[in-house]
Amino acid sequence: MSTDYAIDARGLSKHFGTLRAVSGLDLKVPRGQIYGFLGPNGSGKSTTIRMLCGLLTPTQGSATVLDTEVPGDAKLLKPKIGYMTQKFSLFGDLTVFENLQFIAEIYSCPVADRGARIQHLLEKYNLLRQRDQLAGTMSGGQKQRLALACAVLHRPDLLLLDEPTSAVDPQSRRDFWEILFGLAGDGTTILVSTHYMDEAERCHRLAILDHGVKVADGTPQELQAATGMHIVEVIADDPYAAQAVIHDLADVASVTQLGTRLRVLLPDIHNEPVVMVDRALAAAGIAATAELTAPTLEDVFVAVTLKPAERLQ
Amino acid sequence: MKSLSRITAIIKKEVRQLGRDRLTFGMVVGLPVIQMLLFGYAINTDVRNLRTAIANQVDTPLSRQFVAELRQTQVVDIVESVETALDLEDLLRRGKISIGAIIPADFDRRISDPSRAAVQLLVDGSDPTILGVANQLRTMPFGFDATAVASGGRSIIEVRPYYNPERRTPVNIIPGLMGVILTMTMILFTAVAIVRERERGNLELLINTPLSSAELMIGKVIPYIIIGMLQLALILGVGRLLFDVPVRGSVVDLYLAASAFVAANLALGLLISTAAKTQFQAMQMMVFVLLPSILLSGFMFPFDGMPKFAQYIGEILPNTHFIRLTRGIMLRDASLSELTPDLAYLIAFTIVAMSVAAARFTKRLD
Repeated sequence: MSTDYAIDARGLSKHFGTLRAVSGLDLKVPRGQIYGFLGPNGSGKSTTIRMLCGLLTPTQGSATVLDTEVPGDAKLLKPKIGYMTQKFSLFGDLTVFENLQFIAEIYSCPVADRGARIQHLLEKYNLLRQRDQLAGTMSGGQKQRLALACAVLHRPDLLLLDEPTSAVDPQSRRDFWEILFGLAGDGTTILVSTHYMDEAERCHRLAILDHGVKVADGTPQELQAATGMHIVEVIADDPYAAQAVIHDLADVASVTQLGTRLRVLLPDIHNEPVVMVDRALAAAGIAATAELTAPTLEDVFVAVTLKPAERLQ
Repeated sequence: MKSLSRITAIIKKEVRQLGRDRLTFGMVVGLPVIQMLLFGYAINTDVRNLRTAIANQVDTPLSRQFVAELRQTQVVDIVESVETALDLEDLLRRGKISIGAIIPADFDRRISDPSRAAVQLLVDGSDPTILGVANQLRTMPFGFDATAVASGGRSIIEVRPYYNPERRTPVNIIPGLMGVILTMTMILFTAVAIVRERERGNLELLINTPLSSAELMIGKVIPYIIIGMLQLALILGVGRLLFDVPVRGSVVDLYLAASAFVAANLALGLLISTAAKTQFQAMQMMVFVLLPSILLSGFMFPFDGMPKFAQYIGEILPNTHFIRLTRGIMLRDASLSELTPDLAYLIAFTIVAMSVAAARFTKRLD
């Protein structure tokens, strides 16, 4: 029986000794979508991905991944998922072609189809010129394309990508996302972890993880609409001094400096956030203009990863 | 002054790192102690307790006195009594004894005949040390043998060296050296091969494919078994060409024994790979196996001459059993069926080490 969800996790937890890497994670990933996992380093993204593909046994909870129960028959799951590790994990002392061939053999891809499949991937992932180059000598972007080509070689239904773009330049990241959209268009479900906001923004849906706890879940638009915060942008002559003043205001959740601008997050229980900021700056004798602006995903991230004590007004 | 503070910074960092690297710390303390113990106990040129069987074809007061005095020397440890010289040769070939003493029916008469030796010692001469000790027995005065002194140094004992009559060292060393070389290369190859993949992250990829851990282990081990067989051929060839080391027994038997030994070492290598986190650690662990494999296996010093405690350690090591097998097959023309205990040990060792390694391996990421 097939459900609408590629991944349906219920209360997944993983503890390493006293460290709670992941706590009570519920997750529903619809089929054929790109689902983002946004969180700082150590927030439990990798641990969750490893639990979902059966590499780690959850301390508590369970998940249904492609109609297979986890923990349980991870063996049934392996042929159906493609996994790209955070660190380049193919063989540096084999050529690009040999790596692809090895993966094809491990996944028992039909022999008759093998040559054509590898050729297709070399073309599609722009690796034709590197075909006989040792993988270890390639650039970050090339390695990443090879890793993705290997992860999709056996046409998996679900791709688990653990910070796939952390070691590549912006252009390679753009190209990479183009490929991901192509795969999703063909029906592949993709779970991708990242700590880049611009990447998170590209996902159909995303979950934000903080200290092993899911603090937000939804489409980027939903999350931006539901921050519970006013975003006030301040342009000041002396942004550093202005920051100190605003920081001391009651209720201010966060102040971030972006060049000469300041981004101020205030809980939306206040009706006149701009007036409040203006007054404070005027009282301190700092020349500045303030205006209300729409929240970005970064604001969402800042808002939901505040410590509970800070979130309480 | 600045230079001094920078040097101090390096020193502090090194000491901190050393303190956190338990294995290196273990080498700093453990290696000297273990080496001292190994060498101190194993190097024993005053060899005693050589396993000996006696074919006593007569039972007179004189013969009993001879056996008693032989025993008193403590050079021999009489482990068995048999009927005929043939039985002694059989025990020698199977490696059960190092010396076989024949006391003939006319022992009493021979004692009083200064022109003839009264007792024949059949000695496993493949180890020159043992042969040397047996020769020392010849010059030992026996209490009842008054004529020996009178007749100017005639010995009542005649030594018949078997297997290596020319007393050439390579003949004894090379069968043992095969074991040492294979121990070194086989353990290192497998241990490093897996640890390297873990270090480089390849393993995380592999265990996320349909590949089972058994498939991975078998696939990893088979190329090295072939390499081990090639190494064996190389050692045998060079031994034959340059040092004229014979293979008196069956080459097939030798290769069967070597297969079991290579498998045992590869299993041990896999086991090490489940414990070592870095290639350097794997190499450090290999040293702890290699040293006793050289010193306590009977390769450098006669096994019988070592104290019991050292012998117990030696019995655990695959190399000890392999050296018994190779010396038996190559030098004494023994067949594998005569050496079953050593072969059985190697197989059992492989199964145990392999099972433990496989059990530990599947739980790697948790």
